Amino acid sequence: MAKKALVVDHVSMKFNLNRERPGSLKELFSRIRHGRLRDEFWALKDISFSLDKGDRIGILGLNGSGKSTLLKVIAGVFKPTEGSVKRYGKVVPLLELGAGFEKQYTGRENIYLYGTVLGYDKAFLDQHYDQIVEFSGLGKFIDVPIMNYSSGMRSKLGFSIATAVNPEILILDEVLSVGDVRFRRKSMRKIKSMMENETTVLFVSHSIQQVKRICNKAMILQNGKMIAIGEIEEIANIYEEMYGLEKARQARKARREARKARRIASGQIEEAKLAVEETKSDSCRIVLDEAADVLQTAAGYISGNPKAVEETARLLGEAARILAGAVNEKADDPKSVEEALKALKETADCAAAKLKEMETAINTAGEVLMTQTKQETPNNSDEKKENINL
Amino acid sequence: MLIQLKKSWKQFLSRRTLLRELVVKGIKLKYRRSYLGVLWSLLEPILRTIVYTIVFGTLLGRGGPDYPLFILCGRLLYSYFAASTKTATKSIGKNASLIRKVYVPKYLYPMAGVLSNYITFLISLIVIIPLAIYGGVSFHLTAFGIVAPLIIILCMSYGVGLILATIGVFFRDIEYIWDVVLMVIMYTAAIFYDPSRLIKSGYGWLLKLNPMYALIQNFRNCIFGEAMDPQLLLYSAGFSVVVLIVGHLLFYKQQDKFILYI
Repeated sequence: MAKKALVVDHVSMKFNLNRERPGSLKELFSRIRHGRLRDEFWALKDISFSLDKGDRIGILGLNGSGKSTLLKVIAGVFKPTEGSVKRYGKVVPLLELGAGFEKQYTGRENIYLYGTVLGYDKAFLDQHYDQIVEFSGLGKFIDVPIMNYSSGMRSKLGFSIATAVNPEILILDEVLSVGDVRFRRKSMRKIKSMMENETTVLFVSHSIQQVKRICNKAMILQNGKMIAIGEIEEIANIYEEMYGLEKARQARKARREARKARRIASGQIEEAKLAVEETKSDSCRIVLDEAADVLQTAAGYISGNPKAVEETARLLGEAARILAGAVNEKADDPKSVEEALKALKETADCAAAKLKEMETAINTAGEVLMTQTKQETPNNSDEKKENINL
Repeated sequence: MLIQLKKSWKQFLSRRTLLRELVVKGIKLKYRRSYLGVLWSLLEPILRTIVYTIVFGTLLGRGGPDYPLFILCGRLLYSYFAASTKTATKSIGKNASLIRKVYVPKYLYPMAGVLSNYITFLISLIVIIPLAIYGGVSFHLTAFGIVAPLIIILCMSYGVGLILATIGVFFRDIEYIWDVVLMVIMYTAAIFYDPSRLIKSGYGWLLKLNPMYALIQNFRNCIFGEAMDPQLLLYSAGFSVVVLIVGHLLFYKQQDKFILYI
């Protein structure tokens, strides 16, 4: 039986939405009149789960579903309105990296200040100072006041201080997109090595791929409620289905295939046309008729499901090959060849038109899907971005 | 209760590195980028005392070579109290970015503010020596008695600081209100004038209410080689104990809500 690392017990978190001070006395009175003084909002509702040592859990959910609130409750920044959190060991939160620095302090001074805030003592920091500086890659800039740092440099320093030790529980809130490519790779490696040391990781990211790479467990939050928790594969599938990611992916795949099919088809039609123009064979006619038939069927397929597109392409290709074969036999009836060519062309045009029709349909579907997702999540979704790029 | 106290003491000990780091930060940042640095904590009271001596010495007609020392004693104590309570009022808001990220016992922020001001205050006490020589006030053994008002003023500043820090989170207007209150405290603490004149005029109760007056009066007595007034000492000590308790209760009751308002 693995050792427990974290127990979250019936945690609920309530916020008062009208935290903003009234701008004027008039506003205050109008608020009182309309009873808007207290507008409550439950950011988390009855969350319970526990993690063993070495578990890596991905927390999935749309923006505003309570992910960050949950992490902050676990980090101890928020005190839950109800319920409790038990932590076994040191918690290092990597939330909003570099936000807690003193601007007038140099990098060196900030290492000590921020380090002690995280709970390291001075001897420890003395000992790990070189390692921190080296990992941050700041070099001689370490003695420059932080206010002259770029935001990337700040985040790098924050990451380096926070990960100077192997904590028992590591909280990552979308921090793996820190700094440049090189640093990102380095920080990913660092986190991987921490995971080998049985660190328990709580990870929030909108990239399901990233979550799959890191985590062995996952949970889904929706409007502050935990609606699923379990093994990563299972939860990832539920998540994708829930938010139409699977559909989006299918649409994307279909469009890719449609494009490929059209390319292949048009190429082969072109080839066939050339071949026919060169030929004068008489017996070509029957073969060409056959080919046209095949194409007709193929075009019929297209309007069906996306998978048929590939099939169509295959059939078109086959038709073209048959045609080419016929041409090779050097049939000498130019008229029939011409007719067959015409038929072939018609079918091919028809197929192309249907392909186009289908693409538009997929496009609209994609757009509808996109706006849906957009309404639910104002930003951030790899899937969506790719969709736009298509 | 005792176990709880022991536990929180232990927690405090485990955070003393952080407290030291925060106190040092307060001192460092105060004088960073100034050429004279910490020397200002000596220069500033001297310059102020000169101005006050000229202004009030002429205006109130109280002269004498020991008048600067008289002003300085009051001014030092008052400006420590004012500075530390002001720092404490803003301490939670100023450290909001840290509070939002990492759990740290929140009382450390007002405490660090009060302590870093205390250290510069202790340094500035050195100024008393040259002014005592100038005023012809010789050294008395009673001078060691200043330890009592010095400890009391620390407790009082921290207690008041806790209260103000708590209020400051929910009601930022307190900063400006406190400025006005401080002014009232200053003028009723007999910093520039002889308290006997005010007492004669029938407003003596104002002085008696003001714990700063009690502290300043005893502090002066120590420096000028007179005995401390036990009644004033008791009043200031009692007052600081009360604000300490009230401050703690208020702060502890509200601290979990801070995060929602910063």
